[in-house]
Amino acid sequence: MSLRGLSPRFWVAAGIVAFVVLVGVLGPLILRTDPDTTVGGLYDKPQCCGKLLLGTDNEGQSVLINLVYGTRTSLIVGLIAGLIATAIGLFVGLVSGYRGGWIDDVLSAITNVGLAIPAIVVIILVSVSLPKRNIYTLAVVIGLTAWFWVARSVRAQSSSVREREHIDVAKLSGAGFWSILARDVLPYLLSYVVMAAVLQISSAILFESTLSLLGLGPGDATSLGTMLYWAIAWGSVRTGAWWAFVPPTLMLTLIVFGLLLLQSSLNEVFNPRLRRGRAARRRMVTQVTEPETVGAAGLLTGTEPR
Amino acid sequence: MALAKYLGRKLAWTIVVFFVALILNFLLPRLIPGNPVDAIVGQIAAGGGAGGEQLQKIHEHYMQEFGLDKPLWEQFLIYVGHVLRGNFGTSFGSYPASVNHLVGQALPWTIAIQLPAIIVGWVIGNVLGALAAFKGGWLDRGAFVGSLFFSSVPPFAFAIILLFVVAVKAGVLPVGGAYSFGLSPELSLTFFGDAITYFWLPFWSLVLVFIGGQAVGMRSMAVYELGTDYVNYNRGLGVRDGITVRYIFRNAMLPQFTGLGLAIAGLITGGLITELVFSYPGLGTLLFNAIGQNDYPVIQAITLLITVAVLLANFTVDVLTGFIDPRIRAAQSGER
Repeated sequence: MSLRGLSPRFWVAAGIVAFVVLVGVLGPLILRTDPDTTVGGLYDKPQCCGKLLLGTDNEGQSVLINLVYGTRTSLIVGLIAGLIATAIGLFVGLVSGYRGGWIDDVLSAITNVGLAIPAIVVIILVSVSLPKRNIYTLAVVIGLTAWFWVARSVRAQSSSVREREHIDVAKLSGAGFWSILARDVLPYLLSYVVMAAVLQISSAILFESTLSLLGLGPGDATSLGTMLYWAIAWGSVRTGAWWAFVPPTLMLTLIVFGLLLLQSSLNEVFNPRLRRGRAARRRMVTQVTEPETVGAAGLLTGTEPR
Repeated sequence: MALAKYLGRKLAWTIVVFFVALILNFLLPRLIPGNPVDAIVGQIAAGGGAGGEQLQKIHEHYMQEFGLDKPLWEQFLIYVGHVLRGNFGTSFGSYPASVNHLVGQALPWTIAIQLPAIIVGWVIGNVLGALAAFKGGWLDRGAFVGSLFFSSVPPFAFAIILLFVVAVKAGVLPVGGAYSFGLSPELSLTFFGDAITYFWLPFWSLVLVFIGGQAVGMRSMAVYELGTDYVNYNRGLGVRDGITVRYIFRNAMLPQFTGLGLAIAGLITGGLITELVFSYPGLGTLLFNAIGQNDYPVIQAITLLITVAVLLANFTVDVLTGFIDPRIRAAQSGER
């Protein structure tokens, strides 16, 4: 992948994601204030410079400080949940696609059932039942319910790689099961796995904020979703206190939009047939084209472009 | 009879998934350490308002309703029996109201918002996506980036901004709720005319997001079709564009149609939060209140309803696909 092949879209996306990550990582380091400190009254207007740059929220806390900590929380949840989901999905998909047989039947059945039940239902039921919710339990719960799509598409791809000749060569040269999986099957799927991970991260961030809005957010930390929860619960939208809800809304939108754009520009890099003006190329085994269910609504199903 | 076999398999599959969902719905809330009834009765006691004797009665009522003194499998049978008879029990939060009553009040509002939004959004989104892919140029760029943006904005984020700009700042439409204070839901023109003004904002915030997602998907399918051999061949023969577009549309449509079943789960989830933002009295708001009060019976009823809605939608899509897709009629196909 050369730099020349990257579209402007990629650079815009990378810029947005980099900005959000900087806010989430550097913000808390620079401001160094506990987001729970009270710095003013109820919905103080934004005023120049310092902690009150974005005014105060319903508890008199600085919106700016909450925003940077909230961004960090959302990124942490997204990253952990996304990586868990991608890892499980990759493992299940690889084993079931390459092994075939009854293992495949069992794993596929589990995957299909998991796909048919809306993820949000399971997440709500588990979150409601958890005695204590913090950002890590939330991340794990989201990660454990979101891997089904990855598993399904990785399975489809690895089962088609299985038929290839280089696998026979590897077998003849005495390579073991895991070695073939890691060195002869996995490389064919890596580009897909990277894209899936990006999508999983943004979908996890969206799930976290959805849960927080429903009142199932982490109890121990501010997230963008919990900021919105309080903003709505205290009627900031109705009273016109825009500084309480616009910053977290924008930040969430930026994160999700940036990651989706990144995924779609990566898709163009890895999958040249999606680029306009190029003649259709020979269908490659690793590129199974099916509809792309892009979008935030798609993310809430845990849907991936398959 | 390939079609009948296909439909039978889909039906069996749907029933299996329904039972798995039922088990999850039953089991997950019971994994809480301690007895949920003790917890809830403790809460009622802490809030005051109920005397000792009354608490005892409430406690006994729930113990009996859930059969909590019986072994787990027997509880499950009780639960399944109740659900299959359409009885979701008694609400914890607003005792002694039945869950059926609460859900029954909320459900029509949710359906009124979501069903039209899904249909309108799907049709417009697909037409827009196909046009963008085929026309190319500025229409494509504009429609694609616009759709990508709308589809990437979290549904509730869009709803919040819309509520603020249109209702609070501009004051064009009412701020929240479903009908004006003083009216009560009835089948009259006055009520309808009033309720529709409250309907527009949540409706449009759902539709625009959905159009975006569908248009992006349709565009990429159509772009793929544009590169196929039959399109090149048609062009070589000098077939009119209008005819080729029809083929492209038909081929690109099928996966979009299957995708509808998948998109519905996301749309319903997004819609629940949108209701919250607009304080629309549907299932989303009910769920929110139930979560605030640890009202397990209501939460369970709503999660089950969401599951059933998604399963039904998927099954309907599968059935229609069976009729639309000639390959299923011709041969036995399908992934599952």
